[in-house]
Amino acid sequence: MEANRILNIIMSGSVGPVVILVSIIIMVWYAGAVYLNSSFLIDRYEKNNIDWSLSELATDSWSMERPVLPSPHQVAKELKKTIWDKKITSKHSLVFHSGVTLSSAMLGFAMGTFLGILLSVGIVYVPALDRTLMPWIIASQTIPILAIAPMIVVVLGSMGIVGLFPKATISTYLCFFPVVVGMVKGLRSPNIILVDLMHSYSASKAQVFWKLRIPASIPFLFASLKIAIALSIVGAIVAELPAGAQGGLGARLLSGSYYGQTNLIWAALITASVISATLVSVIGRMERSINKRMGLQT
Amino acid sequence: MSEPTSSKSSKSTSIDINNLCLTFETQTEPVHALSDINLQINSGDFVSLIGPSGCGKTTLLRVIADLEKPTSGTITVEGKSPHEARLDRSYGYVFQTPALLPWRNIESNIHLPLEMSGYSKHEQKKLSQQYLSLVSLIGFEKKYPWQLSGGMQQRVSIARALSFNPDMLLMDEPFGALDEITRDRLNEELLHLWEKTQKTVVFVTHSIPEAVFLSSKIVVMSARPGKIINVIETNFSKDRTFDIRETPEFLEVSQLVREGLKEGHNDGS
Repeated sequence: MEANRILNIIMSGSVGPVVILVSIIIMVWYAGAVYLNSSFLIDRYEKNNIDWSLSELATDSWSMERPVLPSPHQVAKELKKTIWDKKITSKHSLVFHSGVTLSSAMLGFAMGTFLGILLSVGIVYVPALDRTLMPWIIASQTIPILAIAPMIVVVLGSMGIVGLFPKATISTYLCFFPVVVGMVKGLRSPNIILVDLMHSYSASKAQVFWKLRIPASIPFLFASLKIAIALSIVGAIVAELPAGAQGGLGARLLSGSYYGQTNLIWAALITASVISATLVSVIGRMERSINKRMGLQT
Repeated sequence: MSEPTSSKSSKSTSIDINNLCLTFETQTEPVHALSDINLQINSGDFVSLIGPSGCGKTTLLRVIADLEKPTSGTITVEGKSPHEARLDRSYGYVFQTPALLPWRNIESNIHLPLEMSGYSKHEQKKLSQQYLSLVSLIGFEKKYPWQLSGGMQQRVSIARALSFNPDMLLMDEPFGALDEITRDRLNEELLHLWEKTQKTVVFVTHSIPEAVFLSSKIVVMSARPGKIINVIETNFSKDRTFDIRETPEFLEVSQLVREGLKEGHNDGS
C-alpha cells in the first residue's frame, strides 16, 4: 500500500515520469552498448587468451575508443568537450557547427513557410490550381530527399549559387509540404454559415480572406509549423552530407563516419535532436501566446 | 400592431415577390424548393414564414437575402433587386446558430459589419455600445463567444445584425436551438426590439406559438413543392406579453395556422 502511494506521488507530476523514462532509456542504452560491442571484445579476449568476466566485458565495452555503440557517458564527455571546452569559433566546436546548420535551417524554414502559404492560397482561390497542383506537391514528397539533395546543390552550384542558399533550399523542399496541406485545410475551415454571413455584408474577397479565412487557419498553421521546423533541421543536415561541406552538423556526421568516430556521430545526433525539440517547443509557445491573444480556448 | 395597410409607418412595400419559383438541380431529379410564390411585405411588418421542414421557408429567406437565386419570377427588395439590396447592406441576417467569430470578443464581433461598411473606430465603439445595451449585454464587451450562453450569443448576433441600421432583419429560426424558457424571453425581447426600431422583420420558424405571438403577418407554407398555403394577419396590441397566449384571439389565430399547416400536409401527401 505504502509503495503504491509513493508510486502515485512520483507519477502524478511531470518530473517523475520523465526521470523514470530517461533512466530506462539510459539503462537500455548501456545494455545495448555491451551487447553491440561484445563480439569485437570477445574476439580480442580469445585471440589474446585473456580470461574475462561479464563485469570486465561491461567495463571494457563502455570505454572503447571506437565502439559500435558508445555508452552514454562517453557521448556526454564528447558533448562536454565539443560544446563547453572548445571556443565557439573553433572548427571542432559543435556550437559553431550547430550555428551553421541552424542558419540554413531557419532560412529554409522561412522560405518553406512562405512558399507553403502562397501555394495554399493559390489552391484555395484558383480552381485550376486546386486540380493541377496538389498531385505534383504530393509527388515531390515521394522522392527520397537523399537522392535529390546532391542534385539541387550541384545544379545550383553550377549556376554560381553557393553557400547558405542551396542548403536552405533542401529545408524549403521539406518544409513547404506540411504548410500547404495544413493551410489548405485551414483556409477552407470556416463553415458555410460564416461564409454566408460575410456574403450578407457584401464583403469583398479580400475582406473574407483577412477577416475570416486567415484567422480561422491559424491553429492549422501552427500544427504544420511544428512539423515543418523539425523537418527544416533534417533538410539542413541532409544538405550538408553530400556537399563536402566545411561546417554544419551534417559535416560532423560525415567526418565522424569517415574516421569511425562514433562518439562524434552520437554527439552530433543528440545536439541535432535537442535543437529540433527546442525549436518545436518555441513554436508551441508562440502558438499558446497567439491563441491567448485570439481568445481561443487551449 | 394594427392592420399593416392602415398603419402610418407601413405604407410602402418592402419586399414584393411575384410568381417566384426555385428549382434545385440534383443528380437524381430536380427538387422544386419554391413554387409560384406571391408575397407582399410592407415596411414595418413582422412576417413569419412557418411550415414543416423542407417547405422552402429558409430558401425563401435566402432568396430575399440574395444567398440563393430564383429560377423564375420576380422579386424586389426595397425597390431593388435582391443583389443590389445586398450590396447596399439593406438587411441584417440572423442565422440558426449565432455564427460569431470565435477569435473576436463580443464587441469586436459587432464591429465586423461596421468595419466593412467603413465606420470609424469611434463610431464602431459607439454603435456596439448602443446595440449591446439594446439587447441588455452591457458589461460583456470583452468576453469571448465561448464564455456566453447560447441565448446570450444569439442576442449578440441580433445586435450585430442591427448595428449597421439596415432596413430589414432576416431571421432564420434564430431561437430553434434554445431551451423553451430562454426562447420565450427572447421572443418578448425581440418584440420590444421590433417595436423600438420599426424594422421590417422576416422570421422563419416552425413554432406556431412563436409565429402567432411575434407576427403581424403569418405566411403558412407547405412542402414538396414549397408553396404558400395561407397568409394570416393578426391584430394584437403592440405591448403584448406572453400572457396573451391564453386569450381566445390568440388561440383562434393559432388554430387557423394549424389548419393551414394540416391542409398543406394533406395536399402534399
